Amino acid sequence: MLGIRKEFPGIVANDDITLQVEEGEIHAVLGENGAGKSTLMSILFGLYHADKGIIKVRGREVNIKSPNDAFDLGIGMVHQHFQLVHNFTVAENIIMGKEGGFVYDIKKASRRIKEISERYGLSIEPDMVIEDITVGMQQRVEILKMLYRDADILIFDEPTAVLTPQEIDELMQIMRNLAAEGKSIILITHKLDEIKAVADRCTIIRRGKLIGAVDVATTSVEEMAAAMVGRPVSFKVDKDIAKPGKPVLEVRNLSVMNSKKVLGVKDFSLTVRSGEIVGIAGVDGNGQTELVEAIAGLRKCESGSIIFNGRDITDADIAERNAMGLGHIPEDRQKRGLILNEPLTANMVIKKFTESPFSHHGILDYQEIRKYSASIIDKFDVRSGEGVDSLAGKLSGGNQQKAIIGREITADPDLLIAVQPTRGLDVGAIEFIHKQLVDERDRGKAVLLVSFELDEIFNLSDRIAVISGGELIDIVETSSTDEHEIGLMMAGIRRG
Amino acid sequence: MKGKNNGKPLEARKASPLVVSLSAVFLGIVAGCVFILCIGKNPFAGFERILFGALSNTRRIGNTLGMSTQLILIGLSVAFAFKTGLFNIGASGQMLMGGITGSILAYYLPMDMPRFIYLPIIIIAAMLAGAFWGFISGFLKAKFNVHEVVSTIMLNWIAYWICYDFIPRFIIDPTISVKSKPIETVHTLRADWLTELTGFSTLNYGFLLSIIMCVIVWFILQKTTLGFNLKAVGSNRFCAEYAGIKVNRSIMVSMAIAGALASLGGLTYYCGYSNIMEMGKMPNEGFDGIAVALLGNCSPVGIFFSAIFFGILKMGRGSLAATGIPTEIADTIIATIIYFTATNVILASFWNGIFHRSFSRKEDAVLAYMKSRNDNTPVEKLTKEEFRLYAKEGKALAKAEKEGK
Repeated sequence: MLGIRKEFPGIVANDDITLQVEEGEIHAVLGENGAGKSTLMSILFGLYHADKGIIKVRGREVNIKSPNDAFDLGIGMVHQHFQLVHNFTVAENIIMGKEGGFVYDIKKASRRIKEISERYGLSIEPDMVIEDITVGMQQRVEILKMLYRDADILIFDEPTAVLTPQEIDELMQIMRNLAAEGKSIILITHKLDEIKAVADRCTIIRRGKLIGAVDVATTSVEEMAAAMVGRPVSFKVDKDIAKPGKPVLEVRNLSVMNSKKVLGVKDFSLTVRSGEIVGIAGVDGNGQTELVEAIAGLRKCESGSIIFNGRDITDADIAERNAMGLGHIPEDRQKRGLILNEPLTANMVIKKFTESPFSHHGILDYQEIRKYSASIIDKFDVRSGEGVDSLAGKLSGGNQQKAIIGREITADPDLLIAVQPTRGLDVGAIEFIHKQLVDERDRGKAVLLVSFELDEIFNLSDRIAVISGGELIDIVETSSTDEHEIGLMMAGIRRG
Repeated sequence: MKGKNNGKPLEARKASPLVVSLSAVFLGIVAGCVFILCIGKNPFAGFERILFGALSNTRRIGNTLGMSTQLILIGLSVAFAFKTGLFNIGASGQMLMGGITGSILAYYLPMDMPRFIYLPIIIIAAMLAGAFWGFISGFLKAKFNVHEVVSTIMLNWIAYWICYDFIPRFIIDPTISVKSKPIETVHTLRADWLTELTGFSTLNYGFLLSIIMCVIVWFILQKTTLGFNLKAVGSNRFCAEYAGIKVNRSIMVSMAIAGALASLGGLTYYCGYSNIMEMGKMPNEGFDGIAVALLGNCSPVGIFFSAIFFGILKMGRGSLAATGIPTEIADTIIATIIYFTATNVILASFWNGIFHRSFSRKEDAVLAYMKSRNDNTPVEKLTKEEFRLYAKEGKALAKAEKEGK
């Protein structure tokens, strides 16, 4: 990809970016959120069309108009969210769209799938049904799907977000195998240690501009991070030992149904005290969502109770909980956290617009609302095209998240629930958000952190609660455990 | 980051809702012309007749505004529900409920009652009846997740049959047994001074009410916490729920207000514009209101003007017959406009395409001009005025450059 330029209204997403990937190479694309990585990949995959610049595949200039063109050129993409049919078998999922005629030969396809699987060490059985296999295996099915279509260039979009540490190691090995067989891999990630572990070269993009391509072996993690953010960054979160006070949140024997009407959280008990961060470690989909929604009041409890600041809030409505000082950074910032087609002003006061000074006797005071919103976006460095009047949907993911965090922290809650607060964000923003969470703790607030990223859990938490299959496996002091032990617990294995 | 334009980068203009609505109207009229041509008549004569029928003297203007009155109120009703993410197809039934309430009260309240007491009573009573009717749909949606499109259509027919029963039971005209007895003028919304001013037209106090309601709806939606609340639910109910807004209550409130607006429209229709109710007739205006709201982009000002536009078409079509053009042409034009408004995305992207092309042409001109002056300021840093000036200056340069290639 040479000299790619793509403009969106008000923003140049890609400004003269060149990305050269060689055969058999693992090439990482590193950049802050909103830097233009996704745009660049969407252009390569035919979802957008570049305003300027050319794309060459194997030396030949090509015009990619749609994902089908990309497939034909041997470009495949493993999406962050898998695109699999859950009650189909592995083989059926893989040949979907490539059945080859009215009558298809699933046996022949299965044989080929097995063959490919063995060749790259994917260990996938073609007859298994998707819903019965682990997330890690589902991802490997996605990879297989690309290989089955003879893709030579594989794009991995943030592939490790849904995996346990052990699964991440396996994926790294698979990527190495693929590269050894001559496949080219483009790895989009913000996790520098993964780049360090697996990539050969790394192209760094900052704010739509190409910073450069570096040789990973000879470049330190700190140098890459600095190149991406434009200034030196620190990885360790500086924090003193926690001084926990009285219990703020007590969850007692809580059971909650999930959307499929089975118990998603089973007999779960947990205490979060003021001045501490409790991290909930677990693989995505093990009851974290249900637990948080029950505490926040978005989901009904089946049994058990939730005590907040000494008061039983098991049946309290959401407005009451908010008023009592419960802050919540929701998991899905676009669905829950923001109203995308409303301006930031409305979004910043969405929980407080009925209170003074934002309204008096039911009449809104826009001046106060603007002032308040402006102070949040200023303090939390929310970047937007038109300041407080920007529609929330026009912001990049990182800025949306900063806006939500700004709103929640500015409301000065006693308990802050942060679910995946840094998902999809760049190092600079992560550093900033982590510092905000630690500051909250140091101000004597209770913080309940839910994250699927162990690094984050370890960096921030004073205590770690591990959830698996909706059950509390154990609660341990961060200082007395390690990633390996937590990883085993995440798989449901209790300490002996 | 921030340039001289308060951080707002220069970019191509976006098609505004007004441009989109006007293009829909234009295309609808073009389609009307084509239809008239197809039957071998002169389209200009046709439209001249429509305008003549609707606006040629004060009485006709009065009638047109009288017709527009209910369209404004129904349009507001549909738009209000729409802002909360609800589709109110039940305006017809709500109109009937407002109409029957008003008519019965007009029949039974004493004739010598002062108007300044009488009018508020029927207005409030009609609005309460409609609010109740709308509330039922809201309640069914909130508590049992019954879709409001289904429940409002059902309620239309319930209202229809209620009127079918109530007209003969309470207010029947003994001489014509399918209609209600005409209401005495002092018990309608008609005002002598309005009637005289417009040469005995149907214009009544309802028109003033509809203007007041435009202002009130605008005020509620833009300035109050209630409007904020309802719009939040309409835009993203998951976020509203998360923020502690009582989503179910908002749905019920919104439908009740929408119902009240529509039934006020019914009151102006049955006790102002006309003074009788017929048995077994579902008012079409309830559905026309959807078109009014769509064309008016759900904004009170837009609805006011689009309702008057539809009022002109509806009043003017009667005069079409004189030219031999079927009056259905006017309905066809309305229908075509609805189609084009419903496909507003296509219209918007058409205009956006044109704006974008003209913008990039200007940008090229600006670049050519700046190149000729060795000015290296990035284009993003220019102010609007500089941009406009440079574009003008560089036009010839860019053209020459293009031809040079």
